[in-house]
Parts: sequence; C-alpha cells; structure tokens
Amino acid sequence: MPSTKYETVIGLEVHVELHTKSKIFCGCSTAFGAPANTHTCPICLGHPGVLPVLNRQAVEYAMKAAMALNCEISPISDFDRKNYFYPDSPKAYQISQNTRPIGLNGWIDIEVDGVTKRIRINRLHMEEDAGKLTHIDGGFGSLVDLNRCGTPLVEIVSEADLRSPEEAKAYLEKMKAIMQYCDVSDVKMEEGSLRCDANISLRPYGQAEFGTKAELKNMNSFRGVLRGLEYEEERQADILDEGGQVVQETRRWDEAQGRTLTMRSKEEAHDYRYFPDPDLVTLIVEPEWKERVRASIPELPDARKARYAAEYGLSHYDAEVITSSIKIADLFEQSLTYTTDAKAVANWIMGDLLGYLNQNGKEIEEVALTGEGLGAMIGLIEKGTISNKIAKTVFKEMVESGKSPQTIVEEQGLVQISDEGAIKAIVEKIVAANPQSVEDFRAGKEKAIGFLVGQVMRETKGKANPTVVNELLAAVLKQA
Amino acid sequence: MTPLELTLVEMQQQLKSRSLSATELVEASYKRIAATEPQIQAFLTLNESQALDDARALDELLAQGGEVAPLAGIPVGVKDNIVTDGLRTTCASRFLDNFIPVYDATVSRKLKEAGMITIGKLNMDEFAMGGSNENSAYQVTRNPWDLDRVPGGSSGGSAAAVAAGQVPFALGSDTGGSIRQPAAYCGVVGLKPTYGLVSRFGLVAFASSLDQIGPFARTVEDTALALQVIAGHDTMDSTSANVDIPNYVSALQGDVKGLRIGVPKEYMGAGVDPKVKEAVMAALRVYESLGAQWEEVSLPHTEYAVAAYYLLASSEASSNLARFDGVRYGVRAADPDNLLDLYVQSRSQGFGQEVKRRIMLGTYALSSGYYDAFYLKAQKVRTLIKKDFDDAFSRYDLLIAPTAPTTAFKIGEQVNNPLQMYMNDILTIPVSLAGVPAISVPCGLADGLPVGLQIIGKPFDEATVLKAAHAFEQHTEHHKLRPQL
Repeated sequence: MPSTKYETVIGLEVHVELHTKSKIFCGCSTAFGAPANTHTCPICLGHPGVLPVLNRQAVEYAMKAAMALNCEISPISDFDRKNYFYPDSPKAYQISQNTRPIGLNGWIDIEVDGVTKRIRINRLHMEEDAGKLTHIDGGFGSLVDLNRCGTPLVEIVSEADLRSPEEAKAYLEKMKAIMQYCDVSDVKMEEGSLRCDANISLRPYGQAEFGTKAELKNMNSFRGVLRGLEYEEERQADILDEGGQVVQETRRWDEAQGRTLTMRSKEEAHDYRYFPDPDLVTLIVEPEWKERVRASIPELPDARKARYAAEYGLSHYDAEVITSSIKIADLFEQSLTYTTDAKAVANWIMGDLLGYLNQNGKEIEEVALTGEGLGAMIGLIEKGTISNKIAKTVFKEMVESGKSPQTIVEEQGLVQISDEGAIKAIVEKIVAANPQSVEDFRAGKEKAIGFLVGQVMRETKGKANPTVVNELLAAVLKQA
Repeated sequence: MTPLELTLVEMQQQLKSRSLSATELVEASYKRIAATEPQIQAFLTLNESQALDDARALDELLAQGGEVAPLAGIPVGVKDNIVTDGLRTTCASRFLDNFIPVYDATVSRKLKEAGMITIGKLNMDEFAMGGSNENSAYQVTRNPWDLDRVPGGSSGGSAAAVAAGQVPFALGSDTGGSIRQPAAYCGVVGLKPTYGLVSRFGLVAFASSLDQIGPFARTVEDTALALQVIAGHDTMDSTSANVDIPNYVSALQGDVKGLRIGVPKEYMGAGVDPKVKEAVMAALRVYESLGAQWEEVSLPHTEYAVAAYYLLASSEASSNLARFDGVRYGVRAADPDNLLDLYVQSRSQGFGQEVKRRIMLGTYALSSGYYDAFYLKAQKVRTLIKKDFDDAFSRYDLLIAPTAPTTAFKIGEQVNNPLQMYMNDILTIPVSLAGVPAISVPCGLADGLPVGLQIIGKPFDEATVLKAAHAFEQHTEHHKLRPQL
C-alpha cells in the first residue's frame, strides 16, 4: 500500500541492447543463444594489442533511439573508459560515454489512471555490454561466456520524476514500445535486451529535498520492477516510521524471496576512474547525418494513438492498448485493408487475441494470425456467412494455424445456415417438442424464448443464423 | 664481408640479381647473433627455423623466376611488444612469459607482405616502461659501444641489434623517446613517426595517445625504405590517420638549401652535457654550410613536459595494463583464495617494480578527487606544449636538438633513482606529447660514445625530416662508425 505520509521518488536507468548485426567495437555477431564463447575474437576478448573501431550502425540506432525519446543529439560526443576488475569485462574497463553522451535532455509521456505525465530524460549514452558469468554452486568456480561482451547498449537515465512503482512500470512499458517502434532493439527483458535499475527514495509530502536513496538492481521483468519498487517503498516507509534513517546503498531484488537485499554499501562503491578512451576519436554528428537518421523514425506510439482515435473513432483506452506494441498496432492497420469495421477489429484484438496471448503466455510474433485473416473473418461475419459465435472458433484456429478463415470455415463445415425454410422446419420441430416452454412464454416468461433459441442452435450445431432463428421463432410462437 | 653490412637498398638489388640469396642473408643474421648475443643479449625469442624455411621458400620462388615483394628476403627484428601470430610475445614481462599471440599486428602483417623475414623478438623495458632496458624481466641488453653501458630504452634491444649488425633493420616503439633515445645511445638511426602514421593495431598498449611504432636502421635511406613498408591508414586503428603517403625514398633527394631550422633554447640548457651540445652545434654548422638557416627558438612550456607526461602516460597505462589479470592469458598465480586474490597475486607476481610504480601513479592520478588536479591539469599542459610546437612550426620547417642530454650511462647507475631516469627523456617527451615526427641520427662521439641529433618535423612531414637527416648523413661520416665487437 502506498504510504499517505511519504512521497515516493523514483528515477530509472534503462539499458537497451541495440540489435545491430555485429558488436559495437569488432565484427563479431551479436546473435543471442550461441554456444559459449563462439562469438568472440581477439578484440572482444581483450587480447594484448587490440583496438576498438566504432560500429556506425550502433551510432545510428543510438541516435534514432535518442531522437525518439525527444533528446537533443550532441554534435560532439566521445567515449570514456569505466575501469573495474571483473571477469565479465576482459579489458577490465567498459567503454562508455561519461562526460559527453550522444543524447541529452529528452522526455516521454506516460499515462497512469487516465492521467498523462511527462517524464524527463537526463541522458542517453552508448556503451558496450559485458559478458555473462555463471556461478557454479559449491564454490567450484564461475564460467565465463563472452558472447555478449561488446554488444552495443544504450543507457537511458531518467530524471527523478516518477512518483510511484506504477509510474515506473508505465515508463518502462512506454520505453519498450518506443524502442520497438524504432526497431533498434528486441527489448526482451527475459533475454536481457531490456534491463532496468532504479533509484528510489521517500520524503514527507511537501518536503523539497530528496530523501536518501537506495539503488535497486536485478529486476528482470516488468512485474519484478513493480514488485521490487513496492517492496522497497514499504521497507523505507517502515524505517522512517520508526524514526530510522535509510542507508544509501545498492540493493538486489530477490524474486524468489520477494524482497530486496543489501548488495553493497556506499563505502564499497567503485571509483571507476573514468577518463577519455585514447583508442577512440571524438564522435562528430553532422546535421545532415542527424536529419537522415531522424527521417528513419517511424510514427511513434503517441502519434498512432491520436490517429486511431481520430481516424477510426477508437476509444482512448482501446487506442492506448493497441498502440502499446507495434506488432499489435500493425496487425490492427493491416486488418483494415480487408475490412472497414475498425471497431470490430479493435474488439477482436482487445478481447480474443490479447486473451489468447495472456492465457498461453505467448507474444504476438509467436502466433500465426495475420491482418488479412482477421479482416476477412470480420467480412464473413458481416456477410452472414458465419455467426459471431462460430467466428470465435475460426479466430482461435487462425491464431494457431494461420489458415485463412474461408479455408477453416470450409474444412470444418462452419457455414451459417440462413435458409429460412431449413431453419423454420427445425424451429417448428423444437416448438412441438417443448410445449412447456411454449406455455411459459405465453404466460409472459420472456426468458423461455432464450431456451428455445438455444435448442435450435444445438440442433444446428451452432450454425443457424441467430437473427433468422429469433425472427422465425417469434413468428411461430405467435401463430401457434 | 658479411652481407649484413650492405644497406637495405643494396640487399634488395643483390637479392633481385640473385648474387645474394635470402637464405645466405638470414643465415648471416643468425650467425652474427650467435657470435655477438652472449655479450649483447638483444633477443628474447628467436624465430630461426621458421625464418630459414621462409628464406628457402623465397629463394626457390626466385629461382623459378617468380615475382616477389620489393623487400623480400631482408631480415628484420621486432620489438617484443608488437604481436606476431604464433611467435611468443612477452613485452619483456614475466606476465606474458607463455603468451603466443593468435593474430598479427598490422605492422607484422605488412612486414610479411613486403616479404621481410622476422628473425626474432627484441628485448625492451617491461611493457616499454623505462629508458635503459634494465626493466626487462629477462635480461639487460648491452650497449655494443660499451658493454658496461645501457643501450637505452625502452626499445634497447632493437637499437642494440641494429648497432651490433645482427639485423639491418628493426622495429621499435616510442612513447616518450623509446626509439630516439636508444638510437642515440647506440649510434643508429631511429624514427618516431607522427602519431597516427603507423597503425598501432597489435602494439601492446602502454600509453595509447602517445605510442607509435617506428624503424631503426643504419642509414637514413634504409629508414625511409622501412617507413614506407609500415606507414599508412589502417581501418583497425581509429587513431590511424587517413593521409597520403609520399615516396619517402625519392623525397630524400631534395637539398636543404633555404630550410629554416629552429633550435629550442630549452633543449640546450644546463642539464645537457657540453660534449653533446658541441656535437649538435657541429651538426648545425654542417646545415649552415649546406645553405640552411638556423636560429634559437623558445618552447616555453618545456619544463612541465616530463611531469605532464608521467601523469598522462601512467594514467593510460594503469587502464591499459588492467587486462593482465591472469584470467584469460599470461601467467596466473597458483592456488588463489578467491577472485580478488587471483588478481592481486597474478599481478603482484607478474609485474616488475617499474610497471607497478606507474600503475599506482596512474591509478592515483585518475582517482576521484585527484583527477582534476593531476590528469586534467596534465592534459592542459599537453595542449600548451602542442601549441609551443605549432607556434614554432609557423616559422620553421624543422627543429633541431640533442636527442638525449647525455650519452649512454652505466648499467646500474640510475636504477635506484627513477626521477633521474625519467629526466633522460626530457628532450624527447615534449615531441611525443605534441605528436610530431622526429628522427635521431648519429652526430659523432663523445668520449667514445655515440651522440644523437634529433630532427623534429611538422605533423606528417616525415619527408622533410628524412631529407634533412639524409643531407646531414651525406656530408658526414658519423653513420659509418661501428662499435668494436
């Protein structure tokens, strides 16, 4: 529960892996999931004598990301060395941007409980990723995999503008969406291509200066970010309530235990001894280059959201949900090439599609549904070829097999029966077989007609056109 | 006469006309090494069987009338901080005692492409830190002119090997004087090119913003020929300059008439041995006689150069040498207690005194709270020193000075006084900080020991530096002097 006494102050540091083909300072592949240490060379292994050469594509992706986050692009930026010893860093320094990052002073808008809020971004800088260590239980040792070492990253540092864990989560989701729209990263938290550290502190409402912060690490999912921050919010409130002082430290979110634990104190904090990397030259971004990259930024979520509301009359909420992922937004728009009923497309996406993904723990790109299929299916409903109810079966089949709705309807014989003669015969049969229901209806129990409709549908295996069934049933009952 | 006495140009001609074979040349080199190495101790690793195989293959190709690269068959020695694929590269450090590189430095590749034959790897001060070769973890190379004296450093092995006639040409590296000072002490020609002219890819970094690879040879013409092989833009080195490379050998032909020469007064001050000064003055008279003009000039920030250099070079070194942690290559301490202990023990055991001193100095200079006062301040000094040179070069084509304040000192004489040792580089360090090219050529003897004349040029104007050095050599006999071995 959020405290009523304290205001929560959160700033996020988000790391986004750029999905360039090769690493930021050498030609090795960045592909995820290769056998350990197979995507390495003397350069990313930090052999004596090697030198880094900056990947132009990584710079362009970083610029694209920065501009999509409304950052200014520094015409002059450079690279610094962040020195620390650890086996995941073979040179014993990480090449990063400290004093002059490529992106500065950006912002994004987030929405929580229907309220839009602007979150400022302090900076976006480029750096290289570290390798991966696997610690073997029992003190045997640690295994080092340097495949990831040298993968290009951008770190995006927000101002301390977030006031709740929900806002933090909304910020992160928006960040993910924007990166996805820009097509600069896979932004998958579970694969580590999107990572997030948080600074969180509490202060009594009305106090201007910030309280003592804790830095929170190891939150490996959106839910982890939310839960970790909620836990930390409560922990700090408890300390303050008891008249204690929050200790400035780095804490680790332990997903299994559901709590945060001390990682290192302020005194143990590293002195990274940053200095300009003499192996790299100053990065100069000419205006023409910047504008060329800017032109490659597609329409971003907020703009699409506004357009969907204006062009298709979607509700604010529907537009928000559909544009939260570019894949879903693209599916929405592709569907509209095949049908004009935007509302229906939105409803199918919001209800059946998202429900299916949620239930099966799948991502949109893992299912076979196409815009053409969804649009065509809505067309079949409009023409009366299938009922809404049948469409649910067809939809699920499309999601799983990717077959066209026509094929599914034909293969499974799902065509709706609209022929009045055929339906009338069945209606008369049902009426004859259920005198009690007929009597109930006449006695004024309107509900009885529902039972009779259900019986007709059962008899036709759901294929009878419900409108026709209703009309005929009403007519037959009147006559009888 | 041994074919090693020939110049590179003569070797080239005789190999081409087949009056000399590559095998003969390479064998002569190993023969000379066998005869002189017990005294000189210039080599850390020899590449004998591979070199002889390469020479025989080349001779076979020549016998069949095949086309070969212009310098094919000429022996070369390589400083042991330049990586050579498959050939042990130690940087004269215990840490890399077992290190066999898996790739070639760009210059190593260029030597191969030119058909040159690597004879072996040459001694140096550990990780190029030092000016006497006494910081080698393996051996102290001797000065061929006086075996009780140092060859200079850090490229002492390269200078001594050329001076002793073991190889006609060697590669060294210069961070604050490490090519020029040993060239002066050993009486050979040594060129530090403009920063960025020669690729640093594969040069084990000491101070990345200062390190440059350059050639040692016995004549200026040979030096020009060697520079031609190694100079040029390299996409593997971001600091490599994309400039047109002139033909350095044909550039030697112009005369020096009308050249404007500045002589920095700060380089001829109290600390410079009068006999060294006299040799330089004599050289200036030679230039006068050739129609060049010289006058005194001031480089006012010279006195701050050594302090700035030791802060900057050590800062970069503290980071560059951090990769030697015992995890992936090199020597790992036995039975460490934990990760930290692995680092501490491996580095404590692997590095020598001077390397540790500089790592500590650099780490301190970069530490939070000290960065502004040391590293940043030193960078500002560097900018001022560079400006001194810019100003001077707006009025002069070249600057001329002694290479080192004294001739070679005795082994052991300065080992307990690192500050005195650092001052030996006072005349070469400012040039390195400015990034401009400079050559050291022999300009006579003082008490039987060679004196080096330093000729400093504008950025990427190696052609003028070489031309002036060549003109001096053509009108003097100093380069013909040989040590008695």
